[in-house]
Amino acid sequence: MKLLKLVPANTAFDFVGKRLLAFVMSGFLILASLGLFFTQGLNLGIDFLGGILIEIKTDGPADLGALRTKLGNLNLGDVTLQEFGAPNDVLIRVQKQDGGDSGQQAAIDAVKNALGDVVVEYRRTEFVGPTVGAELREAATWAVLMAIGAILMYVWFRFEWQFGVGAVIALVHDVITTIGLFSLIQLEFNLATVAAVLTIAGYSINDTVVVYDRVRENMRRYKKMPMAELLNNSLNQTLSRTTMTSVTTLLALVALYIFGGEVIRGFSIALIWGVIIGTYSSIWLAVPFLLYVRPRRGGEESEGEYSKAKAL
Amino acid sequence: MINISTRNRILIALVCVLGLLYAAPNFFAKDTFSNWPSWLPGQQINLGLDLQGGSHLLLEVDTNTVIAERLSGVEDSVRRLLRSAKIKYKGLGVRNLAVVFSTRDPSLTENVETKLAEEFKASTLDQFGSPTREIYVEAAGDGSFSLTLTEEAVSARIDSTVAQSIEIIRRRIDETGTREPTIQRQGKERILVQLPGVDDPERIKKLLGKTAKLNFHMVDEVNSQSASLRGSVPPGSMLVPSEDAGPSGQPENVLVRKRVQVGGDRLVDAQATFQDNQPVVSFRFDTVGGRKFANTTKGNVGKRLAIVLDKKVISAPRVNEPILGGSGIISGSFSVQEAQDLALLLRAGALPAPITILEERTVGPGLGQDSIDAGQIASIIGLIFVLIYMILSYGIFGVMANIALFFNIALILALLSALQATLTLPGIAGIVLTIGMAVDANVLVFERIREETANGRTPISSVDSGYRRAITTIIDANLTTLIAAVLLFAFGSGPIKGFAVTLSIGILTSMFTAIMVTRLLIVLWLRRVRPIKLPI
Repeated sequence: MKLLKLVPANTAFDFVGKRLLAFVMSGFLILASLGLFFTQGLNLGIDFLGGILIEIKTDGPADLGALRTKLGNLNLGDVTLQEFGAPNDVLIRVQKQDGGDSGQQAAIDAVKNALGDVVVEYRRTEFVGPTVGAELREAATWAVLMAIGAILMYVWFRFEWQFGVGAVIALVHDVITTIGLFSLIQLEFNLATVAAVLTIAGYSINDTVVVYDRVRENMRRYKKMPMAELLNNSLNQTLSRTTMTSVTTLLALVALYIFGGEVIRGFSIALIWGVIIGTYSSIWLAVPFLLYVRPRRGGEESEGEYSKAKAL
Repeated sequence: MINISTRNRILIALVCVLGLLYAAPNFFAKDTFSNWPSWLPGQQINLGLDLQGGSHLLLEVDTNTVIAERLSGVEDSVRRLLRSAKIKYKGLGVRNLAVVFSTRDPSLTENVETKLAEEFKASTLDQFGSPTREIYVEAAGDGSFSLTLTEEAVSARIDSTVAQSIEIIRRRIDETGTREPTIQRQGKERILVQLPGVDDPERIKKLLGKTAKLNFHMVDEVNSQSASLRGSVPPGSMLVPSEDAGPSGQPENVLVRKRVQVGGDRLVDAQATFQDNQPVVSFRFDTVGGRKFANTTKGNVGKRLAIVLDKKVISAPRVNEPILGGSGIISGSFSVQEAQDLALLLRAGALPAPITILEERTVGPGLGQDSIDAGQIASIIGLIFVLIYMILSYGIFGVMANIALFFNIALILALLSALQATLTLPGIAGIVLTIGMAVDANVLVFERIREETANGRTPISSVDSGYRRAITTIIDANLTTLIAAVLLFAFGSGPIKGFAVTLSIGILTSMFTAIMVTRLLIVLWLRRVRPIKLPI
């Protein structure tokens, strides 16, 4: 059987030579992301803003206009309605109400009363009070920062600091552009998105570490080889694996995106983006970056490490 | 790396078999295994509320009111003490969580201080049951005093308030017939309530939102109600709004005596029933309460007795004759449901402090089932994609990786079942993601083997060094992802925790299956086929 090879056996792409192109592109992506984030902002979900989200199934295709008028008359401030996956499935968002945590329940009551008989099933009722919303926002920010910090520590501990910095640059790049994507398409940014961002962080670093491992190995083996050539060789040697893993992960994620249901669609989009950008950043950012910081070329290739590994 | 001892082979096989055994119950109907001997694995994965449907409520106990109540109690004691000692004082009141006052005669400071110390010595017990000081008295020397609750006393009071609230909430929820509710304290003054299978929690939310403090007061019929409405409420009485609208359409205020004749804490039973075809609530007092009630009604025939629930008058019937049996009836304009709920609340008892709902997440059973179905389809299709792609890319090696992937999924399901971890919708996404990433370790090894083969090594030596060289990379790469997963677990809540759990489990099992299972399969295959050239 002829085996499928997306990447031919002996590639010799000059990744490092074209690094400026990548740097310009990433610089643009990051600036655009930050620009979007600060001008357009994120479409924060109720997890972080506080508020009410109700998903209903109606007895026929929903008349959004009529529902909107009905709910608009309740004086609950900003109420948005949206078809959710099917014509008889409606997602209702009600902004945070005045009156602190205790002021919110009355709004849920009011909405449910107003909806009355068009509802066949209350699919979801989510309500996050202002206190919890603020706490979740804080916890999410901490989680992302801690993850980046912990990963930096780990890579630093396992490699030299130059690798740690390179890995974190790629990681931060991936996280910022993911946030930029969410700002661009105004996809709801909620707790699940934060989970996706952290997973992207994990995936991105996973990818970077694999290439770095090869760089380190080659640095020990070929002490005289020019750094640019060595980095290119390492990238080409691992290219097949990098694409292979990205493709299998993407295959699973695309299945999740198409068949996983409306509720986790945003989550799947974030992960799909993360895999693509994570792969890109390991190749085009994390590795070429090493050219500028010149990690120390270690001593003789040590068999010790391999025998240690063998014992595992 | 190509020598695997018999002992290790047996261990690997054992883990795989156990994985299959523990995963198996998830593929049968829920009660299939209830008759099996208990030592056989029969546990299924715990589905999160977002999959099985149900309601998650985060409540906060307003402990400030309890502290405020206690401080006003202290204020009363101080007033009584000063009055009985005939000491003149001014400015007695509660300010900034302290009872403050000053004596008119500063020379009495020491005297008052001794009296206060005597009054408030050891009035609370710490968690080990030994007396600790509840109140800290501070005298400024110029005759001004400040009494504060000690930190221990405050936290002891908060603890007991929250514990008591949990108990009352449990009783109320049990009375509604909800099966397997989880009610647990979270943090200092929060309570997490999880109600599987409840798709419309409005009734339960209403039940939890009521303090249900019931008191019987005499209506003040001596003083003019209309004068009070204009603002001159006589001391010893108070205006309480009525539950029902009066003739004017506005809720009427009723002037009642402040003194509580009998409290709802003396109730032993309450039931919804009918009287003259109207839903009413009948109640029964304990001995003490019954005696108090009898005395009250005996001494006040012909007068009106107000039934006050949560600072609202439900009704204020006239006492026609002494009620000596210790039981009575509350009538009002109830619907059947309202009468039932009131009876339930009275039976379960009053909350020691008001409760606010901070967060609610309710998923109806329809959406839950849809999510399970969607998750299953996504997993299966994602799995098929990956299986085909692996075979196309690596041939026989791909088949072996696929067998390992199969065991990997079995192990994830087995661990989730055995640990009774909760599977949520993001958790399913975690499994799908793991399916994609699980083959990564195999890919790393296979690519190495390819390289070694290309370098002209023999099949056995290629496999050997492929594994040797890939293994540190595999561990590094997976540990970093694990770090992210563990942080997700630590910071995430509810469904997100579920994602972190499956992702972490998936990382660990995929390392095991890639390094152990695939390697064992390849080694067995190598020995059997003894290929001259690796088909990779």
